[in-house]
Amino acid sequence: MAVIDHEAELARAGANVRGPLSSILFFARSYPLGALGALIMLAFVATAVFADAITAFDPLTTNAHDSLAPPGDRHTLGADFMGRDVLARIIYGARISLAVGLGATALGCLGGMIVGLMSGYFGGWLDLTVQRLMDIMQSLPLLVMALVMAASLGPSLTNTIIAIAIPLVPNVARVIRSSTLALREMPFVEAARAVGMSETRIAITHVLPNTLAPLIVLATAQLGSAILVESALAFLGLGVPEPHPSWGRMLSESAAEYVRTAPWLVIFPGVAISAVVFGTNLLGDAIRDMLDPRQRF
Amino acid sequence: MLEVHNLQTYFYTRAGLVKAVDGVSFSLWSGETLAIVGESGCGKSVTALSLMRLLADPPGRIVGGAVRLDGRDLLGLNAAAMRQVRGKDVSMVFQEPMTSLNPVMTIGRQIGEALMLHGAGSREGVRDRTLEMLRLVGIPEPAQRVREYPHQLSGGMRQRAMIAIALACNPKVLIADEPTSALDVTIQAQILELMANLQRKLGTAMILITHDLGVVAETADRVIVMYAGRKVEEAAVDELFARPLHPYTRGLMRSIPRFAVMRNGVAPAGRLQEIPGMVPALSALPTGCAFAPRCAFASDICRRDYPRYEEKRAGHWSACWHSDRLVGAADG
Repeated sequence: MAVIDHEAELARAGANVRGPLSSILFFARSYPLGALGALIMLAFVATAVFADAITAFDPLTTNAHDSLAPPGDRHTLGADFMGRDVLARIIYGARISLAVGLGATALGCLGGMIVGLMSGYFGGWLDLTVQRLMDIMQSLPLLVMALVMAASLGPSLTNTIIAIAIPLVPNVARVIRSSTLALREMPFVEAARAVGMSETRIAITHVLPNTLAPLIVLATAQLGSAILVESALAFLGLGVPEPHPSWGRMLSESAAEYVRTAPWLVIFPGVAISAVVFGTNLLGDAIRDMLDPRQRF
Repeated sequence: MLEVHNLQTYFYTRAGLVKAVDGVSFSLWSGETLAIVGESGCGKSVTALSLMRLLADPPGRIVGGAVRLDGRDLLGLNAAAMRQVRGKDVSMVFQEPMTSLNPVMTIGRQIGEALMLHGAGSREGVRDRTLEMLRLVGIPEPAQRVREYPHQLSGGMRQRAMIAIALACNPKVLIADEPTSALDVTIQAQILELMANLQRKLGTAMILITHDLGVVAETADRVIVMYAGRKVEEAAVDELFARPLHPYTRGLMRSIPRFAVMRNGVAPAGRLQEIPGMVPALSALPTGCAFAPRCAFASDICRRDYPRYEEKRAGHWSACWHSDRLVGAADG
């Protein structure tokens, strides 16, 4: 029989996890892909926050001399038709992606939380009406819905966030509603009633916090789609307007004309979008595995 | 102090009208423990929920009677006034300590919440009272426990925490709905002892709902036996155990497994006697005495007319045509 190294087994189970650094390392070891996702997201957020410190170039300054300069010493990732540095535009573009991604996700989750909680907890005709409304919204794909919204609201940063947030509401509302339906029958809700708590208060202080685990999982997944939809809207010319650099618009400006002559204009923004969406998905999957009690041991 | 008069709680279901509680009356003095016993579905839990007005409507509705607490009719209060009563004047301990606490909230917050709802004043006041309650219910290291979540506590500890929540605002009446049924036997005794102690200390009146006659014998002062939504017997606990005047009560007592000492390896004679048959469906009660189909004493009159609920002996009430014969029939 093989000799069992008890210390090693315990370490593998996480028995020696103490303090934040050790927790992070344990997470990285348990979910290596999740850690990679977290790393990508961290890099993405850091890029957005410290954009001006990272690159010396201004993303808006044009320079006729550098028009369509290939990647090289002066412009690491090349320059576009107007001689603007591609790297700088990608770095500053992270701000737009992050703002729209986080803003739309937060707004969508908030709206979905309110709708789902009311619908699930109070039920009745309210639930029926609201859910049919959600059905209608869900019958259109996220992108189409956002397209319609963005087109009718007009291009601006706030409008882009709203246009993406509203189509996210039904997804969140569904998840919150279904957990609320189960939670409102729990004995602790009855117990809260027995100490004299009002229904609204029970819904907010007792039911809502219990729905957060699935919400966090959903929110990470939605963050990726929000960023993707932002790029798509920008690609179609409905996103954040010029001159702010947006990854989607960088693609659309260049794709048609320069894809053959200056491929760096298409490749690098495309890589940026893919990497960030990939990162959110990896992180989201890891969080889902971590929070799913059925997969715990 | 608490007076329940002719309480009627009906359920309007697809199967028809279910008279879950049909004309139950009792009174509760301060400091007293009243046990309500009966099989599953006899209406004891519904009685408790009716007192708190916590029944889901539909399907359940209190259709008649009065519940008076210090002379105030609880059934006439509006929803907001009733919320003020719950937790403050009348509170409740539930059967399931595992699921009756919110899993994502610390123990301290859940106790503090009850206090805050009924105006406990400052943050420090709430914290001190929370710690005091945890100490009172015998939870070790209260300062540590207030920050813990329910999953970090054992079943017995959780039930102690539930009791702390229920007693936090010094209620006049504590309703305990099968408080020990979900616990280990060793823990059961501890919890019962704790509740008895706290009751003595705080002077709370208690309604103990249970199907366990052992629990009744240990803690109650008075006992009400319910069957099919009605009271069938009521007496002081010693009197009831010494001289049951309803065949149903007698049947319940006989169906308790007794730990008899085996001498010379010989088991005591006689097997456990269960009550034959099942509790009748409340939507289709037989005419006459509801227990008649299962009763060894039943005669024609039992099947024809419901027996009057009468005081057979001093302080000992029963609803049976044949109580006299029961006294005569020696019970081994």
